[in-house]
Formats: sequence, C-alpha cells, structure tokens
Amino acid sequence: MTGPAEDAVLSIENLSIDFRLRTHILHAVENVSFELKRGQTLCLVGESGSGKSVTARSLLQIVDRPGSIVGGRILLRNAGEITDIARLDPDGQAMRAIRGRRIGLIFQEPMSSLSPVHTIGSQITEAVRLHSDLDKRAARAKTVELLRQVEIPNPDQMADRYTFEFSGGMRQRAMIAMALAGNPDILIADEPTTALDVTTQAEILDLIKRLQVERGMAMLLITHDMGIVAEVADDVAVMRFGHIVERGPVDAIYHDAQHPYTRQLLASTVKLTRHVEGRVPAVAASSEPRQPILSVRNLGKTFGWHGKTNSLRAVDDANFDLYPGENLGIVGESGSGKTTLGRLILRTVEPTTGSVVYHNKDGGDVDVTSLSKKELRGFHREVRLVFQDPFASLNPRMTVKEVIGDPLIINGLAKGKALEERVAELMRLVGLDPMGMERYPHAFSGGQRQRIGIARALALDPRIIIADEATSALDVSIRSQILDLLLDIRQRLNLSFIFISHDISVVRYFCDRVAVMHRGKIVELGEAEQICTAPREAYTKSLISAVPNPDPRDKRMLHRHRFVAPVL
Amino acid sequence: MLGYIFKRVLYMIPTLFGMSLISFLIIQLPPGDYLTSMIATMSDSGQTVDPAQIERLKEIYGFDDPFYIQYLKWIWGIVSRGDFGHSFEWNQPVSGLIWGRMGSTLVISLLSLLFVWIVALPIGIYSAVRRHSISDHVFTFFGFIGLAVPNFILALVLMYVAYRYLGQSVGGLNSPEYAEAPWSLAKVGDFLAHLWIPIIIIGASGTAALIRVLRANLTDELHKPYVITARAKGLPEYKVILKYPVRIALNPFVSAIGWVLPHLVSGVTITAIVLNLPTAGPLLFRALISQDMYLAGSFILLLSALTLVGMLLSDLLLALLDPRIRFN
Repeated sequence: MTGPAEDAVLSIENLSIDFRLRTHILHAVENVSFELKRGQTLCLVGESGSGKSVTARSLLQIVDRPGSIVGGRILLRNAGEITDIARLDPDGQAMRAIRGRRIGLIFQEPMSSLSPVHTIGSQITEAVRLHSDLDKRAARAKTVELLRQVEIPNPDQMADRYTFEFSGGMRQRAMIAMALAGNPDILIADEPTTALDVTTQAEILDLIKRLQVERGMAMLLITHDMGIVAEVADDVAVMRFGHIVERGPVDAIYHDAQHPYTRQLLASTVKLTRHVEGRVPAVAASSEPRQPILSVRNLGKTFGWHGKTNSLRAVDDANFDLYPGENLGIVGESGSGKTTLGRLILRTVEPTTGSVVYHNKDGGDVDVTSLSKKELRGFHREVRLVFQDPFASLNPRMTVKEVIGDPLIINGLAKGKALEERVAELMRLVGLDPMGMERYPHAFSGGQRQRIGIARALALDPRIIIADEATSALDVSIRSQILDLLLDIRQRLNLSFIFISHDISVVRYFCDRVAVMHRGKIVELGEAEQICTAPREAYTKSLISAVPNPDPRDKRMLHRHRFVAPVL
Repeated sequence: MLGYIFKRVLYMIPTLFGMSLISFLIIQLPPGDYLTSMIATMSDSGQTVDPAQIERLKEIYGFDDPFYIQYLKWIWGIVSRGDFGHSFEWNQPVSGLIWGRMGSTLVISLLSLLFVWIVALPIGIYSAVRRHSISDHVFTFFGFIGLAVPNFILALVLMYVAYRYLGQSVGGLNSPEYAEAPWSLAKVGDFLAHLWIPIIIIGASGTAALIRVLRANLTDELHKPYVITARAKGLPEYKVILKYPVRIALNPFVSAIGWVLPHLVSGVTITAIVLNLPTAGPLLFRALISQDMYLAGSFILLLSALTLVGMLLSDLLLALLDPRIRFN
C-alpha cells in the first residue's frame, strides 16, 4: 500500500499509545497504520489485550488516563481539508465537533453503554441537538426517524422508554441510532455484537451493513470473531500485542495469509467448524448395547405461581439420555432455559416436575429427584460442574492447591502429603505445572484459570461433568486448546459431558449429540453433524444459518434462514 | 405513583402506633417515676415531704394505673384533642413546650442538610474526577478531621473563635437583647448571625461522610461505558460528568434526608447543650433525667414521626431520580 488513496477519509499513520503505569510504561499500541475508505469496512481483528479497542478510542481521543497518544498522526479528510486528530486538544471544541459529528462510535456492552436513568429518546435527542441547530420538537422528530431507521417498532412510544425496558438487541439498535444522530461519515463499531445471541448478532450486522451502504460511511469494525470478519469485511488488519501483524483485502487474508499468527487464528476458527475426529473413550466405543448413565424424563421448572399468567416455564418437559463417554451439547440463546436445565440435573434448582435417573458405578439406578440432602452430596461427588467465568469462579484468597484440593478436604478424602500429590497429579492432567500450586489465581491467565477450574471438577473422580459455557469467556485460540484438553481427559478418564453453550461452533466441534433449546423446550435432539448441517426444525435452521462462516467466499449470513417465533 | 404514596402513608399508621407504644414503654422503663425523683431532689435539699400530699399527687397523675391504662389515656388525648399530656417539671401542657423546640430543631436540621449538600456535592465530584490530586488529598485530610473530631470540641473551638476574634455573642440562637423580643427584621439578622456555628458543626461530620460516599460512588461510575458513550457524542466534559455519572451517584444524597433528623436529635445533643441551642435534644435530655414522662414520650413520638416522614420523602425523591427504582 503506497500513499493514501483518493477515497480514504481517515488515515492512521504510525500511531503509538502508551499507558504510564506506576512502575513502568506499557506500550499498548505501537506504530499502527491503516486507513478507512468511504463505503468500505475495515475489520481490526485480535484477541483480548491486543490493543484494538484502545486504537479505536484514540481516534476520538477518549482513551482513559493514564493512556495517551505518544506518536503518529490521525488524518481526517474533509473536502480537501486535512485535520490531524492526534494534535487536537482532547477537551477542546475542535475535538468535540468531530466526536459524533464526523465519527460515530458503537460499542460492546449494550447493557451498560446507555445511561439507565435517562430515556432512550432523550439520549438520542441530545446527540441530535449537539450537532445541529434543530429545536426540541424537530430534534425529537429526528430521533423517532432514527429509531425507525434502526427498525425499532413503535419508535414514537419506544423513545420514552428506559434502557432496562429494552432487550439486548434493541439496546444495540438504539445505540446505533445514537451513533448516527450526527450523520457521521465514519462509524467505529467496537465488538458490537459480542454480547448478543447469534440470531440477534446476524440482524444487527445486517442493519449496520445496510446503513453503511445507504450512507456511504467508512466503517472500522473491531472484533475477535473471524467468522464476522469474513461476513462483513472489505479489508482486514490483524493485531497482536499492540502491532498490526498483517493487513490486506479480506480474501487475501483468508486464503493467502502470510503471517503465522493470522494462520493460527484462522486455523483455530476453522477447526471449530467441523466435528472432532477420533478420540472416543473406550466405554463409548464398545459394541455392547449401551445403557444410559443419566436419564432425564419430563423434567420441568416453573418459576412463579402455577397457572398464573406471569409464571415462567424456564424448562418445559425435557427428555434425553446421556450415555457413558458421550458429549451431549445443549445449545440455545439467552433465556432458552439451558442453564436452568443444567441446574435441575444437579438439583441446585429444585425441579417442578419430572425425574432424573442416575445409573451409578455399582449398576444401580438412583432417582436423583427423590434424594435426601445427604444422599445428594454423594451424587454431587460423581457429577461435577465447570463454570463459565474463570475469574469469578475461583476464590482469589485461596491458593491453587486449596482451590483444587477443596473438594477432597470437604469430603475427607485426602490431606497432607497425599493431598499435595493428588493436586499435583490433577494439575499435570490439565496441563499445568504443579510448581504453581502455592500461587494465587490472579497469577494465572484466563485459559490457565479455566484449567484450574477443570482440575477442581476432576478432583473427586467424577463420571459426568456439566460444563456451563465453559469456554465462552476465552479467546478463540485458548478456546480450542481447552476443548482439546476436555476431549483428552474424557478419553483418559471415561467421562461423559453435558456441555451447555450458546456457541454452535464449539458444540459442533466438541459434542456427539446436540439438544437445541428454545423457550424452555428441547426443539430438536440429534447427532451433532446432522443438527449443524441438516437441521430439521425451523428454529434450528435459523440458528445454524445465523452463525457466521469464516470464509469470505461463502457468506452464509446474508442468505440465512429467518425464523419468526409463533406468538404465545 | 399516587397509589404508591397512598400505600406508603397507610403503612406509616401501624408503624407510628408501634413507635408510640415503644416510646411510652421506654420512658416507663427506669425504676420509679417523676414523684420519686422529685422526692429525692426535695430530701436532698433538706425539705420534708408530706406522705398524704404524695398520695394525692399520685392519684391526680394516675401513676397507680396499670401501664396500658396510662398509655391509652395518653394516646387518646393526642388523637382526640392534640393533648400530649402535662409536663410535671415545667408545670404546663407538653404541647406548649414542644412546638417551639420542634420548630427550631426542624429549621436547624433543614439548614444543616442544605449546608451538607452544598458543600459535599462539589467537593465530592471534584475529589472523584481529580482523584489522587493534591486538592483531593487536602479534602480527604479535612474530611477525616471532620469525621474524627467530636462535634462538641469543634463547637467549643468555633465559639472561642467567634467570641474572641469576631466579637459575636455566642451560644443560643439569639443575642440576649433579642431573646424575648418579638420577631423583627433585626432579630432575623441576629438569628442568622448565630446560625452559622451550629450549622457548620452539625453538618461537619455529615459533610465529611457524604464526600467520601460520593467520591467512592462516582469513582465507580466514571469509567462505565455509558460515560464513554456520552463523551463520544461530543458533549463537553463538564456536561458528560454532571449529566450522567453524577446523576447516578446521587442516590446517597437523597437518602441523607432520612437520617439527618434522628442524627440531629440523638447524635448532637451534647453539641446542642454546649452551644445552648433551643432544640429538642437538651430538653429531651432533661426530661429523661427527671422522668418527666409525658414530655419525654411526646418528644420521642414526634421525632419518630418526623423520621418516618423524612424516610418517605427520601424514598419518593429516589424514585423520581432513578427510574429503575420507580419501575420495580
């Protein structure tokens, strides 16, 4: 790439951002260069901590202290005029005139990126009036028009609602409307769909793309998801440790990547688009007729009073069997009841109806739903849980040894030297160095913490592990490592997994069979490959087709199957 | 909203009833009654007491009645005639004594609350936005002094300064020449000149506490994504901060209405005695010592009622301020 092209509206040249910390200076972004072209989308891809969000914020000079731009230029072009944003005073009038008016920003957390105490309308109207001289009524009319453009139904009434009355997707739409209020010619979207369900994500991406084309905006889309990049990008820049390691047209990046990191990133994404081959535990491979290890029959949970209109059937008549050595996936969008189902099996939430039968080691059947509190503890020794958040699920005041050894101590199974040996063995099993035993969880990265959580779950030699979104909080490359670790452990210990996830690609890779949940019901249950390639139910079809495909030559989302939920 | 207010007021009735019962119980708790404490005082000063007269007084005051009869007589007097009973020590109806004192208590409470708000708000915001700056450290230092130094010592210091260097008459809410005079413009001026000492002293600890609370709350809010959103819109920085995070960090300010009144009565009684303020605290204190039960009981009852009203007001204001509370 030589020289700024004619249609580049924003050129970033050798941008560097430092964070002056108490003990040292952190070079968050170093020598980053790229340009945004009118009507085109540049995707900035990278894993957490790569500096992509800081780069985006620096374009508006809203990097939080102690971060500051220490070098480079940010050239904004407007009808022959060139402004260097990096030289503007962050609190000055000139900078404020660019924010919202020239460059709009959408970002990740639709939950918290709008004020909870102001109405949606007032927040958008504020942005409208800031960049025009419309009076209150005209600004309000413009607000309603913007809400209509982002496809919010009844925009006139919805403008007077508060954020907590909106769903996640609706909030993100409102956020987009606000970003468009000043008619910007550049739109920065920082992980705009990460917190959303796949079908909502597809709709939001559609919307952003349509608005971009209509308005001829240049867009900078920041994401960690190579699938999304393939669906929407024209150009791609791959970021790692504050540097852009590779940059080019999307097709070249996907089919002719030069840098090893880009290839690694793509490989770990593409790997998750197929089901894993081999590595089946002995119990599952045997040809004898199999007996389920866990049978769930007519399981249901109703929150609120029975029969009342406001009661919620979180889980409705769930039926399935789990076989020894099998990975059963439960997928669904937020609120579909998948997490509640997991808790019902463990009886941390009491089921309203139905039964769970566990086939124990001695060959006897245990009716979990009728166990006493004391007997339930025995069941919990054999069926363990791995949590989603590797940060919140480990007590920060316990050493790794205490965390992993805790189940052993509670059940009086080991202490002293024996405990230490068992913990070391478990740590080796999950690929951690036992030398780290005396350290506290904060010394470990997200992926390592999740390994600690898995080691804790394995401490009591369980037979079933229920993993609730166990890989959702991890970066792509770490995610596939953890999945491989779980597969490896399954094979060595003859485990069965119930794997709860919203991420279809993870489930497809990891699970043998998949149950799809929608509004508390299991709508489809089948082989993972069949569910992911030839789904039968309309809902499953829409879900599967909304998953971005990491190949820019085969954009799946654009011609996806749309599912309109029947009104209840 | 109206339904909510109605419901809250309705709930206040049983609460008030319970409070009246408890306050009456509390003043009955110490052994003996007004007569025994009067007899003790009289024999201390060498006077003889006629047993027949004591019997007669007992009958008049109804001290021989069981607890619930005494309570019912008292509460019925309040509900039916607004009669709070008779003060033995002052030998006049309680209602005559109480209103003047309650009035000045309310005025001082409200003014101290205003003082607390006016001082704590800007300092709290400044401290949060410029955290760890020199000014923040200075405010923090004075804040801890305000929290740590007992109010009455601060009162003595301020009185000394006002008397020695400003030549003011100190103590009370009026200079001696105005004490008995009818209200006039000059008296109001004199009143205001006296007011600053009690308000500063009573407000000091509350201000310090509220600055700390606001600083902590606002520090949490300042880095929330919605603040970045507001900034990215192109709003000027002062507007970004005042309109969004401050608005959300403001809740403890409103809750302050609920606690300032009980604090003023129970917490700063010593200060009020040192400053010779005509508020409820000192009178209540005397009434409790001399077991002047109707006076003490009525004070406690009225203060509880005012506290309830304060709580209701702060809850309603909170609901106005924060839609999340309103809709739950």
